[in-house]
Amino acid sequence: MLYSEKVMDHFTHPRNVGIIENADGIGEVGNAKCGDIMKIYLKIKDGIIDNVKFETFGCGSAIASSSMATEMIKEKPLSEALTLTNKAVAEALDGLPAHKMHCSVLAEEAIKAAIEDYYKKNGIAYDKSRFPDCESCGYCAEGKCK
Amino acid sequence: MKIYADNAATTKMSSTAKEAMLPYFDIMYGNPSSLYSAGQEAAEALYRARETMAKNLGCEGREIYFTSGGSEADNQAIISAAVLGEKNNKKHIISTAFEHHAVLHTLDKLKKQGYEITLLDVHENGIVLPKEVEAAIREDTCLVTVMYANNEIGTVQPIEEIGKICREKGVLFHTDAVQAAGHLHIDVRKQNIDMLSLSAHKFHGPKGAGVLYVKKGITLTNIIEGGAQERGKRAGTENVPAIVGMAEAFNEACAHIDENAEKLTMLRDKIIAGLLNIPHSVLNGDHIRRLPGNINLCFEGIEGESLLLLLDAKGIMASSGSACTSGSLDPSHVLLAIGRPHEIAHGSLRLSLCEYNTEEEADYIIEKVPEVVEYLRNMSPVWRDLKEGKKSYVIQ
Repeated sequence: MLYSEKVMDHFTHPRNVGIIENADGIGEVGNAKCGDIMKIYLKIKDGIIDNVKFETFGCGSAIASSSMATEMIKEKPLSEALTLTNKAVAEALDGLPAHKMHCSVLAEEAIKAAIEDYYKKNGIAYDKSRFPDCESCGYCAEGKCK
Repeated sequence: MKIYADNAATTKMSSTAKEAMLPYFDIMYGNPSSLYSAGQEAAEALYRARETMAKNLGCEGREIYFTSGGSEADNQAIISAAVLGEKNNKKHIISTAFEHHAVLHTLDKLKKQGYEITLLDVHENGIVLPKEVEAAIREDTCLVTVMYANNEIGTVQPIEEIGKICREKGVLFHTDAVQAAGHLHIDVRKQNIDMLSLSAHKFHGPKGAGVLYVKKGITLTNIIEGGAQERGKRAGTENVPAIVGMAEAFNEACAHIDENAEKLTMLRDKIIAGLLNIPHSVLNGDHIRRLPGNINLCFEGIEGESLLLLLDAKGIMASSGSACTSGSLDPSHVLLAIGRPHEIAHGSLRLSLCEYNTEEEADYIIEKVPEVVEYLRNMSPVWRDLKEGKKSYVIQ
């Protein structure tokens, strides 16, 4: 099999699919040209992620990564969510094929983008260096992005 | 229900062909080059297989070269034409943008060696225009290679007309007929074909056997050096069981071409009509001039790999031109060649049928594909933007 049982489980029964009306932070990363777009919606209460939803256009591992990543940050403090790495997402899924690792990177970046959006909207000062620009997909790496 | 709808990738072995192969594994297993009777039995089987292939292609047995499959045949045909061309200072080759990689990558290699390659436009309907072939031919053109039918979108090319132009201009004409052989009538003489490649496992034969037809008088260049098999043009002990199975399967397929085509066209058109009811979907390739079993559609707002996985979970085995299924960054070069933008090409689905598929299976496909497309669209941010008018639909 291409994917682990856990990937297939999160792909066929994704958790936290959907949108949040009046979300406190929204992050969208990826590019339809590359075949992957991830969008994360956050509801924040007292510095804690009260609710999280996602929408994903992409392959099985992109959908599974979104599902797993949202599970991992749900009801966690923002400071903890910010430490989530793509490696942790991939490990929680019992691994991803090498050429699918960028899907877990997208998940990490989408969450960071949503948190950054929340900080900006609320005028909260933050360390910009912790929010790198999208650089996960091969298109960007090859400079084909724009 | 388990539905195999990926016959353009490979096919189930014909039971007649499988039976025909069996004695050549452990009874008549001699080497065809050996003089004793066990070897000569195998040599006779090769002879009969060669005659069978020739009869169904409209050529002579000595114009048939057995290969390991379609890719090897494509490589050898193109390299041979290039070598012949170079002798006459002709280093220009004409092909199309949507050939199989066995052709395109061989051409890339020649390009690095100083050959000039012209890739013709295949237009939105996926069909090459003979007049554009004619216009592209130059004094120094040594080969025109155009596939008989495309492997992804199934469009059938005007081979006879292209062959006629090449014959008049004195340019060699090769066609990759891997998807057409056993499914469409082929007559290499009537169609002015100088070289043709085919592969056994695309018409219910075994994997690992193919044919390169070469019109007599054209000198081949070896890709594999060694013994004197295949009149010295392709070394290596012949894969006798597979060649026997290929000939049996080809004979069977050619004997039933018309009835199979009639049945498949009916199933194909039913599925196409059913799936085009999905909003913002489009058929890839000409509706009429396509292989009887080929269905290829794009659905806006979704990605093909996830579509395939969910269809597999429902028992439907199919294929997609999405980049994610190939491990590369770009979606299908075929879909890009007919002008589909990247984001649309990622959302493609190819169903390729054979005569073993049933109407019941067609109904199941027509029921399940829209469910899966809708499910994926409901979690797609791209689809939401389209639905809410933030972006405009590419497929109306």
